[in-house]
Amino acid sequence: MSPTTTKPETGSTGGSTPSTSAYAAIEAGKPRFAWLRGSLQQLLAFASLIVIVAVFSFASPHFFTANNLVSILTAATVTGILALGTTFVIITGGIDLSIGTGMVLCGVMAGVFLTYLGWPLWLGVTATILFGALIGLINGVNVSVLGIPPFIATLGMMLIAAGLSLVISGTKPIYFTETPDFQSIMNLSIIPGMRFPLGVAIFIVMIIVAAVLLSKTILGRYTFSIGSNEAATALSGVNVRRWKITIYTLAGLFVGLAGVLSASRLSSAQPTGGMGLELEAIAAVVIGGTSLQGGKGSIVGTVIGALIMAVLTNGLRIISVPQEWQSVAVGIVILVAVYLDMLRRRRG
Amino acid sequence: MTAGTTALLEVEGVSKGFPGVQALADVQLELRHGEVLALVGENGAGKSTLMKLLAGIYTPDAGTFRLNGRELAIEGPRHAQELGISIIHQEFNLMPDLTVAQNIFIGREHRQAGLFLDDRALNRRAQELFDRLGLALDPAERVEQLTVARQQMVEIAKALSFDAKVLIMDEPTAALNDAEVDVLFELIERFRTPETGVIYISHRMEELARISDRISVLRDGRYVGTRVTAETAPSEIISLMVGREISGEQRPAPRQPEGEPVLSVRGLTTRHLLRDVSFDVHAGEILGFAGLMGAGRTEVARAIVGADRRESGEIRVRGRAVAISSPAEAAGLGIGYLSEDRKQLGVLLERSVRENIVLSSLRDYASRSGFVRDGRIEATGREYVEKLRIKTPSTAQLVRNLSGGNQQKVVIAKWLVKDCDVLIFDEPTRGIDVGAKEEIYALLRRLADEGKAIVMISSELPEVLRLSDRIAVMAEGRLTAVLDNAEATQENLMDYATRFSSEGTIAR
Ligand SMILES: Nc1ncnc2c1ncn2[C@@H]1O[C@H](COP(=O)(O)OP(=O)(O)OP(=O)(O)O)[C@@H](O)[C@H]1O
Ligand SMILES: [Mg+2]
Repeated sequence: MSPTTTKPETGSTGGSTPSTSAYAAIEAGKPRFAWLRGSLQQLLAFASLIVIVAVFSFASPHFFTANNLVSILTAATVTGILALGTTFVIITGGIDLSIGTGMVLCGVMAGVFLTYLGWPLWLGVTATILFGALIGLINGVNVSVLGIPPFIATLGMMLIAAGLSLVISGTKPIYFTETPDFQSIMNLSIIPGMRFPLGVAIFIVMIIVAAVLLSKTILGRYTFSIGSNEAATALSGVNVRRWKITIYTLAGLFVGLAGVLSASRLSSAQPTGGMGLELEAIAAVVIGGTSLQGGKGSIVGTVIGALIMAVLTNGLRIISVPQEWQSVAVGIVILVAVYLDMLRRRRG
Repeated sequence: MTAGTTALLEVEGVSKGFPGVQALADVQLELRHGEVLALVGENGAGKSTLMKLLAGIYTPDAGTFRLNGRELAIEGPRHAQELGISIIHQEFNLMPDLTVAQNIFIGREHRQAGLFLDDRALNRRAQELFDRLGLALDPAERVEQLTVARQQMVEIAKALSFDAKVLIMDEPTAALNDAEVDVLFELIERFRTPETGVIYISHRMEELARISDRISVLRDGRYVGTRVTAETAPSEIISLMVGREISGEQRPAPRQPEGEPVLSVRGLTTRHLLRDVSFDVHAGEILGFAGLMGAGRTEVARAIVGADRRESGEIRVRGRAVAISSPAEAAGLGIGYLSEDRKQLGVLLERSVRENIVLSSLRDYASRSGFVRDGRIEATGREYVEKLRIKTPSTAQLVRNLSGGNQQKVVIAKWLVKDCDVLIFDEPTRGIDVGAKEEIYALLRRLADEGKAIVMISSELPEVLRLSDRIAVMAEGRLTAVLDNAEATQENLMDYATRFSSEGTIAR
């Protein structure tokens, strides 16, 4: 009966040290120049993206070419789509760790539907996406009905999905022998005379869909509202439980789609891997200025974040930085991005 | 008052218990048509709990509610809204990341095709509401950008935006200055019709006299009685509330500040408000800060502890010049600041009372090997629970479960436990009941006697006069006077507080 109040932030700064919690209370007194805040991080992220692109363009003539830019977009597609869905979850103040292995499980299910069961392409793909939604739905129920903290609920789901992928596939890749067209979903070239894959176009459409959902619809409004003050949202008569389930389910839809695209890209459902991908997606979201505390964030930011990650990986490879170092670089970017974000908040 | 046999709202035999606490026992209440009924009681008496029952947030263990004579069960916040019961909660209840208009209409947005929102129409609706209410709020501004007082105005506007019959206000004026209180009272008067009624909760006696028709009193979760405001002296209400006599007020004995000042501020200036503010505080004295809201008293405190940037000025602690850039640094130097912001307290809601109390001085409660000494924490916790009369079943209770006023006492206890040389209290007794106020006054006095330097910002002149050895008065960001208590009166304080350099710029 009483509203769920999983977030203590209503009146304090959670588990922080006393001095910082007092600090937050003081700071809350009179925020100045707050209007700059929202856009500043995005500007910052966008500026970083431009700088990184410029640096690589100078460093190598092979970087700033149409073909390479398309491969950057292609590389960004799968993580990007995961990041789009998870942006919603993170803005509510939640987190979804199951998107990486969940995506792998969805790929395996695509194999099951299309190859083992021999379903037609359209049905198999739809079923796969809905399967992703089912994973999200279960996450949502665990979080908002059972009250399991999002981190734990989705950590559990992450392990379950990783295990199920192996069990269902018998630890072997599934090839799409019955539906050779399956690989076109990601790879079909849609611009004559140029390698511009359909998958990238799907990514772009999903960006627009996500952006509209977040900024123009009731779903987006409640996403922000819940992340901003869950208790107050519930007291305003909003069915917070139901909306949280919806939001996790939405994230699941994106996971399902990412599963289809990644399996399509490899022309096979690989039952391993996926672990760590959720962190890459979360990193993209965070670089894009979405706050893990909830309440703040944007799709534009997430897209820029995903692009920064993809550009870095691609560019470092082109200028022949060994792969081991690429991960180091991405790690540093995350730290710098989040630190700048915190600076901005503190100065506020 | 309309003559009718049935009341607008009747509460009968209502009980509500929480683990370890009987918050309400067999309570009754009657709100008549067209009246403002004040509800008073000590911190933890059960006022907010009763209102939350009416707002559908809790379900009663026993008892009945009748609206216009019809018995009903209130099933949830939304149902309460539909029944025409609208509430302004005591705790902060807005979404800081949303705009004013989005906050006001949350859960009631017009959707197109079931999904899409039209923020422009939403802003227009909000603007219409503000025009009707005569409030100067920008619908498109984000709530986190607003001052606490304006946030409160948003909550009030939100409550009035429902087509409510019963309006409940749980300490709506805690963050408001006198002019804003006037605005609020005007709104209440306009809301009041023969079909409507208002339940008004406040600890400020003078407000009750102004706005209420009758006053109902709760004590320890029980209904004590109802009096007609016009026929009742405040002292009678107070003794109903606390069940004992409150010692009368007296002024501190004059004393001479001794030795070097503990805190000395010279030429403090900030970009927006403060101009050349200089003063000293000595060990053993209480320096009161009086002034109108917006005069810059809170800003002085914030600038000293580094929460706001200083343009110029020098701060010395025990004669040594210091550069403080954050409240944490200030605390490290022995300067504690208890913020005025009552809706976003510096407490960890999910932690126990005793943990919160010792939090900022936890190091003193650890053994040399780093283990926390729970026994001593419990002892200190219990000591302050008693000293400040914090109403809680035990020191292990989560702060979330305390009443608003008692949460505040926990914050005060936290700073009292921390061994600061200088303590800056910003409105220390706001939202605190009359009985506990006396306890806090006595405690501040004792702290000063123990050799601490205390700065107390208060908007209540009687409180300033009652407690301060010296009184600094501010107007428009400048210090207009520093008076010894003996030479200060309400009149001359008010006079200094309204010494404006320019004409008619009382506005923010
Ligand atoms: N959710 C809860 N769990 C446990 N105890 C609670 C809860 N809510 C309130 N209480 C207890 O019930 C009692 C009444 O609290 P309530 O908030 O109604 O007081 P109040 O009269 O509004 O006080 P104040 O003037 O301080 O706001 C208090 O002792 C409080 O600690
Ligand atoms: Mg209360």
